[in-house]
Amino acid sequence: MSSNSSEANLSSPKEKKSGFDFFQFLYKYGTIITIVVLIIVFSVANPSFLSVNNLINILRSISIVTIIAIGLTISLSVNGFDLSIGSVASLANAVVISMFVWHSQSTVVAIAVALLCALLVGLLNAFLIVKVRIPDMLLTLATMFVIQGVALTYTRSATISENMIMPDGSYSTGTISEIFGKIGQVPFIIIIMFAIVILVHIFLTYTKHGRYMYVIGGNQEAARLSGIPVNKYKILAYLLSALFAAIGGIVLASRVMTAEINAGGNYLMDAVAAAFIGLSVLGAGKPNAFGTFVGAVLIGILANGLVMMSVPYYAMDIVKGTVFALALALTYYKMK
Amino acid sequence: MMSIALQMKDITIDFPGVRALDQATFQIDSGDVHALIGANGAGKSTLMKVLSGAYTHYSGTIVIDGKQVEIRSPKDAKAHGIQIVYQEVDTALIPYLTVGENIMLNHLVSDMGKSQWVNYQKIHQEASRVLEDLRINVSSKQLVSSLTLAEKQMVLIARAISSKCRFLILDEPTAPLSTAETDQLFRIVRKLQEEHVAVIFISHRLQELFEICNYITVMRNGRFISEDTIQSVTVNEIVEKMLGKKMDEQFPVIEKTTGESILEVNRLRDADKVNDVSFHVRSGEVIGLAGLVGAGKTEICKALFGASEKVEGSITLHGKRIKPKIPAHAAKAGLAFVPEERRKEGILVEEDVVTNMTSANLKDFTRFFSFLNFSKERKVTSQMVERLGVKTPTIETKLQNLSGGNQQKVAIGKWLVTDADVYIFDEPTKGVDVGSKKDIFTLILELAKRGKAIIYASSELAEIKGITDRAYIIFDGKVVKEVNTKDVTEEDLLFYSTGGRDE
Repeated sequence: MSSNSSEANLSSPKEKKSGFDFFQFLYKYGTIITIVVLIIVFSVANPSFLSVNNLINILRSISIVTIIAIGLTISLSVNGFDLSIGSVASLANAVVISMFVWHSQSTVVAIAVALLCALLVGLLNAFLIVKVRIPDMLLTLATMFVIQGVALTYTRSATISENMIMPDGSYSTGTISEIFGKIGQVPFIIIIMFAIVILVHIFLTYTKHGRYMYVIGGNQEAARLSGIPVNKYKILAYLLSALFAAIGGIVLASRVMTAEINAGGNYLMDAVAAAFIGLSVLGAGKPNAFGTFVGAVLIGILANGLVMMSVPYYAMDIVKGTVFALALALTYYKMK
Repeated sequence: MMSIALQMKDITIDFPGVRALDQATFQIDSGDVHALIGANGAGKSTLMKVLSGAYTHYSGTIVIDGKQVEIRSPKDAKAHGIQIVYQEVDTALIPYLTVGENIMLNHLVSDMGKSQWVNYQKIHQEASRVLEDLRINVSSKQLVSSLTLAEKQMVLIARAISSKCRFLILDEPTAPLSTAETDQLFRIVRKLQEEHVAVIFISHRLQELFEICNYITVMRNGRFISEDTIQSVTVNEIVEKMLGKKMDEQFPVIEKTTGESILEVNRLRDADKVNDVSFHVRSGEVIGLAGLVGAGKTEICKALFGASEKVEGSITLHGKRIKPKIPAHAAKAGLAFVPEERRKEGILVEEDVVTNMTSANLKDFTRFFSFLNFSKERKVTSQMVERLGVKTPTIETKLQNLSGGNQQKVAIGKWLVTDADVYIFDEPTKGVDVGSKKDIFTLILELAKRGKAIIYASSELAEIKGITDRAYIIFDGKVVKEVNTKDVTEEDLLFYSTGGRDE
């Protein structure tokens, strides 16, 4: 009966469980155990899995997902959601490359313009969510389409690259600076990822602002009546979310040195998976940067290992989705 | 002689770490209205959840009409005619369906059989019949989302008796109701009583039990303490049994001196409820905003704290005009607000005591660049927990594991950390047990003694009488009367609160 089942959750205070609780253990360490098990299985199947080269390869492959997922983690921390991150990454990717190729701009200008575009999107999201009060998931679904379209329109649905043919038939003359090309290469790409994970982890866990975000995520009305400027922090969360998505897009641009159509879109689902797998890591129970990184590592190892074991790419999503479902099962089974 | 209709014997239930019920017994006969009372955590709700089939892992026996029965699921309970109406009505209703559909929900779920089609005509017909029977003045076709709290509760009662109902459990039904609404509820209860329904009545408002109940069972610490006829006990005796010790004066007396006016509110208005409200508070003074539920006290508090939109009028703090647009402004100016809806607005249930305690004044717990000072947080929280007498295993315990009274102490404590000048309390004792109530009163008076200005909004007129120095009586969003509390009686307060005028 609806009345009874819903009420049972509101039951009287329950004391902490004593002794060993298997599910509690799985909840806290399940993700990490899974990673360890995967590493063992893959390295037994193919010893070269554990080679330094391959490990670096894995880290490199997850760096963009991680950066984008970190932005999502921040929007999740205020109990929000941002589906537009993939599109923002695409847009930043297109803008930064076009700045080089079409407009022959310097690295600093190119990156700055891309970040600025992303912040505008973040501001738009924040305004419509905070002021117009459209539910976050729906609104960012809408802006996801809009921004995807804006990026496509901007690139005229073409891949931007050096020496591309312009609409007037001539070849583009701009070049992508060498320094920019370094961003997407080892070791910088991995350093950038770690720097962002650590910075955001510190921000969320050790600063006033991070604590406020979690308080807002925990109970927005209580936060408001505690005198926390809720709207300000929600706006900040969506700005940061867009900002990190754009950084992801810029790193992606540097790595492939072109702007493919909707290149960032593929990262959305992986980022969502990483952030949600991260909820339970070490029993945090809330969105956190370190957990998100662990979630991305899990996805990265899985993808890399499966490729090594010659699982066809088209079957990859089945495994990825299954692992995601299992991780969610661990997180939510506990809440029952 | 016939056997008693329902007996629960030696009911014991354990949750990890606690024994919530310890050989509890309870009995009720048809046509009785039986009060079940106890302090928070005494086990009365748990006992009723056992009876309604919410728990499966209890031991003990339940006997109905002399025959032992097994109740291990809500379905079992309903089959025996046991229906429960929970306190949080919103969790049991579906807001975007009509009253009729909500009343007939049980039938829609369990009595449809092979039929795949919903017969709306029949639903509304039968629902209307139930509503008419109870003389509830609500249309069956109205959406539940448009109802008042009291009406929602009546819809739930209608749902309960629309199916077989021999035993009706009402869990704190009057807590959110105004006097008039309570009277209507009592009328319905009496009507059910005439139809030989046994009503189990849980409430913290002891006075009203004398009006409606004929038996009273007191529980404490998961155990059965006593069963009496209502005529044979007094409020003081009941409180004594609930607490297991003599109750001293419920309202503490603390000497304090009143200084000059700190906060002046002039012609305050909001978009709908608050209408031209003016009052002032001096330092060291506790003023009451007295009024029935729905009179607009909460709205006044929220308008004052910048939590409502379109607020007009002037608020002057220490001679300076303030215009709090959002609560953050008000808090910064030196106001503190303990809201009525504790779980929804006051605390973070999934966070620990430390996070809750520091959430209103986090900037005092930071070092350079807004980095948090965890050790200071823990130190101040520990002090505050001790000062307030919060009963918690550790300061890392999540708030959802604390009792209502202790949650409220934390909700108040977080504002003590800020050291504001004006404290606004909105129904601070709602859902709080008698022991914690006294702690909270003491706390409030001590704040006043330290020179703070206190605004105490409550519909519990006994509290207004007991704790405030002056009171403004609110009726329909307006101040209808200002009184010195010591010059008036509780009856006077009630007179003005219900719209009574001088002359």
